[in-house]
Amino acid sequence: MPAMPIAAALLLMQQAPPENVDWDEAFGVEEIAADPVTGELPVDPYVPDNANAGADPFASGKMAELFGGQEGIRAITDRLVAINLSDPRIAAIFESHDLVRLRRTLFEQFCYILNAGCDYTGRDMHASHAKLGIQKGDMNALVENLQMAMREAEVPFSAQNRFLAKLAPMSPDIIER
Amino acid sequence: MFRTLYPHRLIAALGLSLGLAPSPAMAERLDLFEGEKLVLTNAVSSIEGSSGGGLATWATIGGMGTEDGIGVTGHVTGIELSDFGWRSYGVAVGIANRLELSYARQSLDTRDVGTELGLGRGFTLDQDVFAAKLKLAGDLVYGDPLMPQIALGVQHKRNLDKQVVRAVGALEGNGTDITLSATKLFLSHSLLANATARLTKGNQSGLLGFGQNYPAGSRLDGDDYSLQFEGSLAYQLSRRLIVGAEYRTMPDDLPVARQDDWLDVFAAYVVDDNVTVTAAYVDLGSIATFDDQRGALLSAQLAF
Repeated sequence: MPAMPIAAALLLMQQAPPENVDWDEAFGVEEIAADPVTGELPVDPYVPDNANAGADPFASGKMAELFGGQEGIRAITDRLVAINLSDPRIAAIFESHDLVRLRRTLFEQFCYILNAGCDYTGRDMHASHAKLGIQKGDMNALVENLQMAMREAEVPFSAQNRFLAKLAPMSPDIIER
Repeated sequence: MFRTLYPHRLIAALGLSLGLAPSPAMAERLDLFEGEKLVLTNAVSSIEGSSGGGLATWATIGGMGTEDGIGVTGHVTGIELSDFGWRSYGVAVGIANRLELSYARQSLDTRDVGTELGLGRGFTLDQDVFAAKLKLAGDLVYGDPLMPQIALGVQHKRNLDKQVVRAVGALEGNGTDITLSATKLFLSHSLLANATARLTKGNQSGLLGFGQNYPAGSRLDGDDYSLQFEGSLAYQLSRRLIVGAEYRTMPDDLPVARQDDWLDVFAAYVVDDNVTVTAAYVDLGSIATFDDQRGALLSAQLAF
């Protein structure tokens, strides 16, 4: 059957669409604008609360010291995001994310839990990981990358594990299928 | 084209048959050898082929596959003792970090003492171990920090020198051990702890057979299971290095040869993501009337 010529003829017979159509409007696509000051994309409203960090902070300032204070924690979280973006196992999860907001909230969360003098203003772990489809292998990849970032910052291994002990119980809110 | 399998129905059926609700996290399909576990969390291969420490079986599932994957391991272990040489090698498959199936061949080389035992110099006692282990609950690393990973195991052992083991007074050449293990990595202290209860009839883990053939009229029943305990405690020094000690109680029911509890002090090092080497000092006590069987264990494990 000469299917191709018939398809081509049908294509030629259809009416050309009018010019200057706003297709975004026609299909109801709304462009999400980043905040002009922070550069972050808006999220659904929620009540900020340190409890959203998902773990109680360390009681003393010892851990904050081992992580290099706020400056050291900032370097570690920025490095963690950078490693994740260059990690083919999990880069796709981060590429579609608001990285400006991620860098800020991740820093706040680590800083709050390490008792380095921050409040956490982000969403809770369930809401912030919803619909990301994160599996245990992805979580393990993230742990490895965090270990690398902490190792590079010369955080002692036992302190790395103490911090991971705060994060590990969050897994049921993060891993989904 | 062989990267994915669909054995989740098999595991779901196994779980259901044991009264476990199917996990909502059960993967739709399983990836082969993606290697997504954290290093060391697959543990090493015990001498019985099952994932664990050097001598003890743990609740861990072998191979580097996670809940949505299939992993595989192979191992070779040698123990140089005062009078004997112990060898084991084997393979294990871990499915969905839920079910482990393993096989190991154990060999005890009697070397020079084979002559004194009347077996002949260099006589080797051999045994096959076919094992299955099902994770029932918990997670080694994640979730509730006080909830360990718990697994139920079956180790079916088939001694290949049945005439010899009957001659030393064992009742059977084959036996089946049941293990119940709880293992947890306590991250806040970098400590890994394991406790295993084992029901067994094995003499020297089965290398000297199973049960005891007591004389007719004896008040003792030689076909009873005994409950034994395996404990392990290890400290994680780095992502790749863990050091620890294990203690394993052994039954002492064979009249002709006393058995002692086993212990070892070990270090396991992840050479690269797929290779783990374990070195240990082991003390197996008395074996086949030869006391003070101490020495060095060296084990290599390849895992994907």
